[in-house]
Amino acid sequence: MKIDKNTINKIARLSRIKLDDKESEDYIKDLNSILDWVEQLNEVNTENVEPLSNISSSILPKREDVSNDTNSSEEILENAPDKLEGFFAVPKVVE
Amino acid sequence: MSKSSLKQTLKDLDTKKISIRELNQDYLKRIKEKDNLNVFIHFSEENVLKQIDNLEKDNSAKKLKGIPIAIKDLFCTKSMPTTAASKILENFNPTYESFVTQKLLDEGSIFVGKTNLDEFAMGSATNTSFFGNTINPLSKENEPLAPGGSSGGSAAAVAADLCLGATGTDTGGSIRQPASFCGVVGIKPTYGLCSRWGIVAFASSLDQAGIFSHNVEDASILLQSIAGFDQRDSTSTKVDIPNYFENLDDDLNGKTVGIPKEYSIDGTPMEISQIWEDAIKVLEKKGVKIKNISLPHTKYALPTYYIIAPAEASSNLARYDGVKYGFRSDEINSLDEMYENTRAQGFGREVKRRILIGTYVLSAGYYDAYYLKAQKVRKLIADDFNRAFKECDFIVTPTAPSAAFPLNEKQNDPIKMYLNDVFTVPASLAGLPGISIPFGKDKNNLPLGIQILGKHFDEQQVFNAAVSLERSYE
Repeated sequence: MKIDKNTINKIARLSRIKLDDKESEDYIKDLNSILDWVEQLNEVNTENVEPLSNISSSILPKREDVSNDTNSSEEILENAPDKLEGFFAVPKVVE
Repeated sequence: MSKSSLKQTLKDLDTKKISIRELNQDYLKRIKEKDNLNVFIHFSEENVLKQIDNLEKDNSAKKLKGIPIAIKDLFCTKSMPTTAASKILENFNPTYESFVTQKLLDEGSIFVGKTNLDEFAMGSATNTSFFGNTINPLSKENEPLAPGGSSGGSAAAVAADLCLGATGTDTGGSIRQPASFCGVVGIKPTYGLCSRWGIVAFASSLDQAGIFSHNVEDASILLQSIAGFDQRDSTSTKVDIPNYFENLDDDLNGKTVGIPKEYSIDGTPMEISQIWEDAIKVLEKKGVKIKNISLPHTKYALPTYYIIAPAEASSNLARYDGVKYGFRSDEINSLDEMYENTRAQGFGREVKRRILIGTYVLSAGYYDAYYLKAQKVRKLIADDFNRAFKECDFIVTPTAPSAAFPLNEKQNDPIKMYLNDVFTVPASLAGLPGISIPFGKDKNNLPLGIQILGKHFDEQQVFNAAVSLERSYE
């Protein structure tokens, strides 16, 4: 078994997702079955194969270095769950 | 009532046989009648009427003027909220318009609403949406079927004739599989043909916008409208976009079709093997040379995809933290607690599963074994296609390993659900264009789909083969 209670807690913490005990158990089961299944990739010889991270053949074109104003902060802040004096507001971080 | 095509409707509008208002009122009426299908996450009659008013005052000629189009709720739209079918984006109102929807607006189309999908496009049945299931319009009473996914709402909107076309996105099959399930046409173009600007990101190296329509001609018209280079998407490609519709040519004499032997998979229903054979026979009669090809790494495409896509998703979805937009949990005694509770309560089960697996395969000590390994196998899969396309002009396969299945049937076993994408994922990993067209029915009279794949940016060949098969089937 690749994923145990400790590992799932670690991944959940890295993902910033709180899991209750029942969920942890379910995900341990799910993730182990998925990881067992993807194990078959080890059958493939990938020696000297370049990893493919971008399928696009396009060369990044240069653009002119000019500034443009596309959004106002006011408009963007309208979607914020909490805001204060033109900023996003979050729980207190510094004591 | 028989469904009218986009092509015919454009003619009828042009000759004043019907007005923009009459046309759209007809669609509005049907949308309200079919409310039980749960096709739309957002629908506002008032909004549609406003668009009609504006177009009536607009005297300029526009290619899609007055055409009702449904938009997958993964495209940011200024005039309507955008949720990605997730609680975490409930009440999100984008401050900008996606590239694809802006193009459609510039052409004068009318957005009838935002369609349902699997949460963040993660699913194959439109059953992971926070806003409930969409029901396949082809369902019999009391036997609801899944419309496929993730773009199930868009496929259902076209199938139920609630619009003349719809946008979708396809990461591993999310346009082609629901098109097959709902008996409509769905095309995923080459990666890089349509800008991803303003599409809620799932797996950025795979995500691509595309089109649903009643027929191939309509798809060719609509795809041309949404394609194009955009400097705001660094993977958008500068290519000339041909007039797919004007160039449609159903004469395939002298072309070569590739038939990959690896797509004959144990357990595929007879009916699906049968329509595949039927399609090959039709092509043979049209003078197409049949070439048996091999794509040897096909069986590794799904496990490769289910490492790469969750890995990219875990990174893309890190932005949903309850700070800038969308849902924020009430239980927020500290910043970390705010993040963890917001994401625990805001994401659904499948999305969390993929974030967790993606985080794991990217985490220290496992990156090489999983993520890097998958990227290398992805290269081999892409190379398989490159070799194959030296010997053929296009490839024909079934679209999905089954017809539409009952709602919720495949929910419990994730791997079983992932197998829905077995025929669509390889082309996604290789970034190739693919279309699904209805071709034949199963014993329950449900539609089945044939998939046609082409070379990079050879959408014209894909459309030509599709229109040829479609015309011989009708």
